[in-house]
Amino acid sequence: MRLLINGEEKKFSDGINIARLLKTEDVESPDMVSVQFNGDFLKKDEYESVYPKDEDVVNFLYFMGGGE
Amino acid sequence: MRELEADEIERYSRHILLQDIGVEGQQRICASKVFVIGAGGLGSPALYYLAAAGVGEIGVADGDSVDLSNLQRQILHSEDDLGRAKVLSAKAKINAINSKVKVNPYHGVLDASNILSVIKDYDFIVDGTDSFAAKFLINDACILAKKPFSHAGILRFTGQTITVDPFRSACYACIFNAPPPAGAVPNCSEAGILGSVAGILGAIQATEALKVITGAGSPLYNTLFGFDALAMTFRKVAVKRNPNCRTCGANGIRELADYEQPACELKNA
Repeated sequence: MRLLINGEEKKFSDGINIARLLKTEDVESPDMVSVQFNGDFLKKDEYESVYPKDEDVVNFLYFMGGGE
Repeated sequence: MRELEADEIERYSRHILLQDIGVEGQQRICASKVFVIGAGGLGSPALYYLAAAGVGEIGVADGDSVDLSNLQRQILHSEDDLGRAKVLSAKAKINAINSKVKVNPYHGVLDASNILSVIKDYDFIVDGTDSFAAKFLINDACILAKKPFSHAGILRFTGQTITVDPFRSACYACIFNAPPPAGAVPNCSEAGILGSVAGILGAIQATEALKVITGAGSPLYNTLFGFDALAMTFRKVAVKRNPNCRTCGANGIRELADYEQPACELKNA
C-alpha cells in the first residue's frame, strides 16, 4: 500500500499499524510527536489499533520548544 | 480611529501603497496593541518589525537580562546591553526606530496568576518564549481571553509556527495536547539554533500580527507552517480543531494552571 507520510509518498506492506510505522520511520520516541491520521489527531492508546489503508495520509508533527 | 498625520503618511507610504492595507489598514496598525512575550530570538525581529510598522502600543515581557550567548541571534540587544534587563533594552531599541510607539515593559515571568491581567488590553499576542511550560500557558491564556495569537517554536535549523483564532481555529493543544516529558525534546540551549532561523520565524510572527490587525490575506489559521533551512523548504500541514481538546474543546479548561517546568529548562529560560 502507498501512504502519504509528512507529504511524501511511501510504500509499505499491508497490515502495519501506527505504532509499527513510528518505528519503521525512525521516530525516536512517540512522546516526541503528535500523530495526525487523515486529518485527525490520534491518542497514544490508538497507535496499536489503527491500521492505515492505501492512500491514507499520516503526519508526524514534532514538538519544537525553542524561541529565546 | 484617528487620522494619520502628514509625517505618518510619508513614513508608512510603502504600506499605504499596498491595496490590502491602504490608509485604513495603516490607521488600524497605528491604533493596535500587540503583546510580545519573550524579547529573545523570536521576539527581537518581531518587535523590530512591529515597531517599524507603527503598531500603536507594544507590550513586552521578559524576566531575563542580556547575556553574551544571546547576541548570536537576539538582534534587539547589543554588546552595550550586556547585563541589562531585556525589556529595557527592547524599549530603547523600539523607541529608537519609532518614538511614537508606546512601549509597556514587563520585567518578570508570566504565570497563571498574572498573564490574563497582563494581556487583557491587547489585540494580538506573540509567543516568543522558549519553554513548553510557557508555550502551553500562553495558549491556554489566549484561549480563555479569546485573544488571537501567534505560536512559534525553533530548533537547530528548523522552525514551525501557527496562528490561532480562539474557538474558531485549531489551538496549540489541539495538536500537541500537553508538554512532552522533561528531557524528551531538547531546547535551543541544549541543541543549538541558527540565529537567522529565529529571525525568519519571528518575522513571520510579526507578519501574522499585521495581517490579523489589518484583515489582509489569510493568517496561518488551522495551518502548521514548518520551515527547514538546510533543505530550504517549507511545508504547511492542515490541522483542525480537536473536539476533545483539553484547552478549547467542549470540556476544555475553565481556568488557568501553570505547567511544570522541567528543572533543566529553568536555568536556561
